[in-house]
Amino acid sequence: MTLKVLIAVLAIFVLPFAALAQNGPLRIEITEGVVEPMPFAAPNFVAESTAANEFAERLARVVVSDLAGTGLFREVPRSAYISQVTSFDAPVQYADWKAINAQALVTGAVNVSGSNLSVKFRVYDVFSGAEMGSGLQFAGTTQGWRRMAHKVADQVYARITGEQPYFDSRVVYVSEQGPKDKRRKRLAIMDYDGANVQFLTGSEHLVLAPRFSPTGDRVLYTSYETGFPRIYVLDVGSVQRRVLESQEGSMSFAPRFSPDGNTVVYSIASGGNTDIYRMDIRSGSSSRLTSAPSIETAPSYSPDGSRIVFESDRSGSQQIYIMGANGGEPKRISFGKGRYGTPVWSPRGDLIAFTKQSKGRFHIGVMRTDGTEERLLTASFLDEGPTWAPNGRVIMFTRETQGATGRAALYSVDISGRNLKPIPAEGGASDPSWSPIQR
Amino acid sequence: MKMITKAVLLTSALALAACSNKSDFEGDDFVDLNANGANSGLDAGAGTGFEGTGGANDPTSVAFFQQSVGDRVVFEVDQSTLTEQGRLILDGQTRWLTTNSDYTAIIEGHADEQGTREYNVALGERRANAVRDYLVGKGVPTSRLRVVSYGKERPIEICSDEGCYAKNRRAVTVLAAGLSG
Repeated sequence: MTLKVLIAVLAIFVLPFAALAQNGPLRIEITEGVVEPMPFAAPNFVAESTAANEFAERLARVVVSDLAGTGLFREVPRSAYISQVTSFDAPVQYADWKAINAQALVTGAVNVSGSNLSVKFRVYDVFSGAEMGSGLQFAGTTQGWRRMAHKVADQVYARITGEQPYFDSRVVYVSEQGPKDKRRKRLAIMDYDGANVQFLTGSEHLVLAPRFSPTGDRVLYTSYETGFPRIYVLDVGSVQRRVLESQEGSMSFAPRFSPDGNTVVYSIASGGNTDIYRMDIRSGSSSRLTSAPSIETAPSYSPDGSRIVFESDRSGSQQIYIMGANGGEPKRISFGKGRYGTPVWSPRGDLIAFTKQSKGRFHIGVMRTDGTEERLLTASFLDEGPTWAPNGRVIMFTRETQGATGRAALYSVDISGRNLKPIPAEGGASDPSWSPIQR
Repeated sequence: MKMITKAVLLTSALALAACSNKSDFEGDDFVDLNANGANSGLDAGAGTGFEGTGGANDPTSVAFFQQSVGDRVVFEVDQSTLTEQGRLILDGQTRWLTTNSDYTAIIEGHADEQGTREYNVALGERRANAVRDYLVGKGVPTSRLRVVSYGKERPIEICSDEGCYAKNRRAVTVLAAGLSG
């Protein structure tokens, strides 16, 4: 792979073309009680030109993969189909889809002209015999065909669940190669489902914990390029980077953007003490937010930017605290048995995801911002570093296996604790950071 | 044989690095360093003694510092307090650095894999500073010492047992070429 990053220069135009249909009763309420996935059918899209043939199946496959991958939907096998969809505008044979118990039907059509590709789709509530919402059309390039499939799936997901979607998003992470004692790491970026991997740095210098900006255009990360850990900011489009924090004689790490993208909150370790600082990213002026002699690190802003959640071992072990965005006296929120670290505020503002260590095991968990209703979602030899899907329903994290052959991989899990699954990747992967939904 | 070859390359690189800034470095150190390998005394799980003559017994050599003085101290779980044995090793490092005043050093702090990534960077920094503060307290000028933390990123032992963890929770004093100017 080359270092060159081909961020799809993809203009997506959203064109409602059938604005009449109303919402049907078909609806998945995402609660902890949902266990039975909704059966749906998504036949191959209709190719409206010869050049579109190769995309007709691929688009439908990605839509199916997105929806089924949530654990909330189940695809009805194509071998069961009674009807085929050969024309996008032909009337839907509801009885045929009812007979195979497809509660939702997604149809689509694709047209290709040169390097331009357009996709339109409709969602039907089969049992009430009505279209859900209006048909939509997305226009882009053939190169960006997967994004358009994700956009379609996002619409279907949002219409049926009533939730914000998350499929058209990316993940920046650390790609790992080699054994534990000779591990090489470099920054990489991929679609949320593991497709379209591109490398952002080489592996000659150790890199840690990349973090997306709120608009997904920049990435903060820590690199040992100078021999000492320093924070860099990298422009995803140009792959140009610059050092952000380079105070002589100190180490800086654990950076995160503020919700407006103008401020970076991070840690500096110096003289055996790690504290939290913030920096105005344009002027470079910084101020110190904590001053305890203990370790204060892993800061993360609340979505409104008014508060910062972080970890501190001031009590004798790692615990989670919240302070105001200007510092001040923090309030401890984690009180369970064990150590709590890497807190990350959910994009909805209601939950804090964290890593918990207890009795030699690691867990990813969530708790409310006052520390109540702690819920552990995973357990393994080593789980750490949660990141939130843009809609706050799914968490991705690093899972490392035990022993001399141990390697790291990315996993995702619902905040209900269901649907734990690995994200496909070549080689090892760690430290994911989920982008916002792409525009 | 493979292991030995690796050690030769490592020590040669060290010797070369030192040599480039130390004009009085003896050329035959190369030979002796090679014969003795690069592992420090604490790290000698392989059990190879270093009774040979020359470099490792030349008290001004990097190999001597690594093997006879001891270039590293280890820590208890989640601790940065120096142990009794650690302080003895650092007393030896102090004497060596005082005698061989051309060397600077980078103290590398490390953690085992039981811990979150960023906390371990902070913990490694604490450990490296515990060593630095001890050496400074014994008279090594601060200008000759720098610290860096690798957290859990650079284990020397790769099993997931306390036997490996105990060696990975370490601070290593890595000698660098002489003071500039």
